[in-house]
Amino acid sequence: MTKYILKRIFYLFVTLFIIASLTFFLMKLLPGTPFSNQNRMSPDQLKIVKAQYGLDQSVFVQYIRYMGGLLQGNLGTSFQFNNEPVTALIGQRLAPSMQIGAQAMIVGTIGGILLGAVAAIRKNTWADTLATFVSILGLSIPSFVLAVLLQFYLAYKWRIFPVALWDNFQSSILPTLALAAMPLGSVARFMRTEMVDVMSSDYIELAKSKGNSSWGVVVKHALRNSLIPVVTIIGPMAVSVMTGSMVVENIFSIPGIGEQFVKSITTNDYPTIMGLTIFYSFLLIIVYLIVDILYGLIDPRIRLGNGGKE
Amino acid sequence: MEQIPQIPKEKFKLVHDENNKDQEKIGTPSLTYMQDVRRRLFKNKVAVVCLTLLTIIVAISILAPIVAPHNPNAQQVTMSNLPPKLGNLNIPGMNGYQNMGGKMVDAYKQAEAPKGTFYILGTDYLGRDLLSRIIYGTRLSLVVAVLATLVDLIIGVPYGLVSGWKGGKTDTFMQRIVEIVSSVPNLIVVILMMIVLKPGLTSIVIAIAITGWVTMARLVRAQTFQLKEQEYVLAARTLGESSTKIATKHLIPNLSSTIIIQTMFTIPNAIFFEAFLSFIGIGIPAPNASLGTLLSDGQKAFRFLPYQMWAPAIILSIIMIATNLLGDGLRDAFDPQSSEN
Amino acid sequence: MEKILEVKDLHVDFDTYNGVVHAIRGVSFHLNAGETLAIVGESGSGKSITVRSILQLLAKNGTISKGEILYHGDDLLQKSTKEMDDIRGNKISMIFQDPMTSLDPTMTIGKQVAEPLLIHNNVSKKDALKRAEEVLRLVGIPNPSARMNDYPHQFSGGQRQRIVIAIAIVDYPEILIADEPTTALDVTVQAQIIDLLKELQQKIGTSIIFITHDLGVVAGIADRVAVMYAGRFVEYGSVNDIFYNPQHPYTWGLLDSMPTLDTNEGSRLHSIPGTPPNLLNPPEGDAFAPRNAYAMEIDEEEQPPFFKVSKNHYAATWLLHPNAPKVTPPEGIMKRFAKYERLGGNVK
Repeated sequence: MTKYILKRIFYLFVTLFIIASLTFFLMKLLPGTPFSNQNRMSPDQLKIVKAQYGLDQSVFVQYIRYMGGLLQGNLGTSFQFNNEPVTALIGQRLAPSMQIGAQAMIVGTIGGILLGAVAAIRKNTWADTLATFVSILGLSIPSFVLAVLLQFYLAYKWRIFPVALWDNFQSSILPTLALAAMPLGSVARFMRTEMVDVMSSDYIELAKSKGNSSWGVVVKHALRNSLIPVVTIIGPMAVSVMTGSMVVENIFSIPGIGEQFVKSITTNDYPTIMGLTIFYSFLLIIVYLIVDILYGLIDPRIRLGNGGKE
Repeated sequence: MEQIPQIPKEKFKLVHDENNKDQEKIGTPSLTYMQDVRRRLFKNKVAVVCLTLLTIIVAISILAPIVAPHNPNAQQVTMSNLPPKLGNLNIPGMNGYQNMGGKMVDAYKQAEAPKGTFYILGTDYLGRDLLSRIIYGTRLSLVVAVLATLVDLIIGVPYGLVSGWKGGKTDTFMQRIVEIVSSVPNLIVVILMMIVLKPGLTSIVIAIAITGWVTMARLVRAQTFQLKEQEYVLAARTLGESSTKIATKHLIPNLSSTIIIQTMFTIPNAIFFEAFLSFIGIGIPAPNASLGTLLSDGQKAFRFLPYQMWAPAIILSIIMIATNLLGDGLRDAFDPQSSEN
Repeated sequence: MEKILEVKDLHVDFDTYNGVVHAIRGVSFHLNAGETLAIVGESGSGKSITVRSILQLLAKNGTISKGEILYHGDDLLQKSTKEMDDIRGNKISMIFQDPMTSLDPTMTIGKQVAEPLLIHNNVSKKDALKRAEEVLRLVGIPNPSARMNDYPHQFSGGQRQRIVIAIAIVDYPEILIADEPTTALDVTVQAQIIDLLKELQQKIGTSIIFITHDLGVVAGIADRVAVMYAGRFVEYGSVNDIFYNPQHPYTWGLLDSMPTLDTNEGSRLHSIPGTPPNLLNPPEGDAFAPRNAYAMEIDEEEQPPFFKVSKNHYAATWLLHPNAPKVTPPEGIMKRFAKYERLGGNVK
């Protein structure tokens, strides 16, 4: 296991290196200069500014510098936002994004598990149909559409929540809901399929024949066995939450990294775009790694080797 | 039981027929696999409804120039932001009246629209007919989806086939690439591509395709790995058939269900990406409409003119829901075991 | 002998996509204390459904439409869900066919074996685990104390079946239902499991209903045998009755398709032509008639009742009617009759 984790961490760095290089060269392909007020600059001024950011050097030198900076945890300096280091920008804005992201993951996962379990246990009843319908809606309606609708009805019209504000927990509820819909839908569907499978398995029949009540069968045997595979979709869920957060933060004016990312796209702030790309990829790879380790830990067939032989 | 029933003797004649061969016959007529799939699909009511809805939407999009009541890009500033109106029918919400300062006023009269003018879904801030824009927007979104899916197939299927078929070092190398591509969130790659490329239809398709093929390649590879070990493929190999021939004759037909089902999930994904990109302003450039740009425009005016967002949002949701459900239906039809009982 | 279980005129229907399948069509039998009753038949004949009905473990679309299942005179079909839960795994327990899939893959075997005790008896977890360990030793798991915390995938198929048996007997049930417990196992392991069941029966004095499609296994374990075809019993009696004095043409077919020590080199095993009837529309007469070389007109018109062959031996075939013509059974069966006479029986 330790060997496996070390190997994975090594690959993590290789992958990050490749992503960083690709992003770097991609950005160098961009037309024009990134300075918003360049039209007002004289050629001399432009030259000075370029030198200040090291843009007068050859692409190769810039690349070496950038990668060297990366090794020291330096993601470069933003062209906009008062020339702040990108790492500092991320640092300031990470907390709100993490908060709504984590909340959405928790709400989505727990809600999805319950919804999927109910659908599976009450298979082919109205409860199943309703749960399936809700999960399809969650999967199909883009988070930004949902965000606008929630904002309009729950905040603007009925004034239950603040429209766009970032101060207390209350203001995080609507964005959380908008982001949670997708994970909720996918977890519910996945959970239902898994649990229907498990419920028709031989060991569930044996559990019944032991004298377990139907509740006992579900709690002691069915839930745990259906939950283990659900862990595998945490990765894709994290991606959809990250993606969603970019617009949802924008709609609710939340000062997070998603909002920052969209802003840096519209202002051609390349260092920030690059920095955030690398950061997002890093987060994602870490999530995938944790999920894999977690999966190994909770499934005895993998933890104790000889797995998959069934 | 102890009582022996009285039965006439002639009933006890042996009737055995040596040539009774229809014993071994199978009762029901046999169906080919595809016939069976079709039968199962059409028995699934939800899938049929979705298929019908999608067919209608696709048909309207193809016939857009004929069906659309107005030119989708024709601006008429005097007619801006008119509410929905359907002929002279007096249906609330569809009668051209609008709440202005607490009073319902006939917006069409105020705009001095010529008699008989009406816009079924109203107009946007530039006086363009919303219905026509939605029809053309849906068309554009579907074009993006279809093209992206095609590229997906063209890259993903052969990639997966080669990787799975060759195995060994080739496979390891090809899988590393897949791993790297899939460890960046799709959307970020798509956004990066959009920044580098000029905004527009082609760029969106390229950007979506650059990450989209990975899932397809993975599925095809996994399936190929299994198929490769099947006896009939081994037999073909022993008989010395060329790899291309084996791929087209044995592998692709057996992969078709996987590919078709995955396609049904690629389409909503592509539609989502297009909408997302256009929504944050780096997708389809003005004045062309796509579902994403319509949503983005609609969102800006949502507080006052909610119909401008509701209409494209509903169409987008219908397409997404219908393709997702149809995908489910197809999966159940192709693999009856996946649908229980 | 005390009848501890009596099934009377059991009918089970399944609601399927294509219509209602009448899977069990009037099955009656009883089980005496301490004996082993084997139910034999080909797949789809309804053996499993019959015993699952006793524990009411049918699939959701199955219903017991008629009949009584008397356990010590109490009809199990009238019991509440809670009362049935108390009987399952406690008074009546079951061993399943496939040991590879019938254990919970994510629970240690110690806990799985202890589970019935914790459900039915008011014991502490510690005591239950201690008892589970004893039972694991009893069923022949080597070094059970070290293996209590292992998971099913760490055991071989035969060992897993021993664990499944341990779960079934941990609470000393009065009736043990074994649903093809050896079918999924290697032949060598089959014999071990049969021996284990016999040994356990002596140790804890349980009655066994043993289901199999393999007549060869039956001889080694059963006291009485019932032959099942298309949702009904066609013949039942003692092992000797069924093996050496069979009366129903279907039993003949089954016995004739089984290799024996007497089977000569070069002689062919017989098979029964055709397939069982579709129970969506069960035939009016004898369900076996279309495959029966000895079928008579009456077989196609009316279901044969059970005719008494000897004490405790009954067969449902019109051939036993006084008006029926005398037929000559296949050669293999004639040999069996001869053996029956040598054993002191009286062939009819």
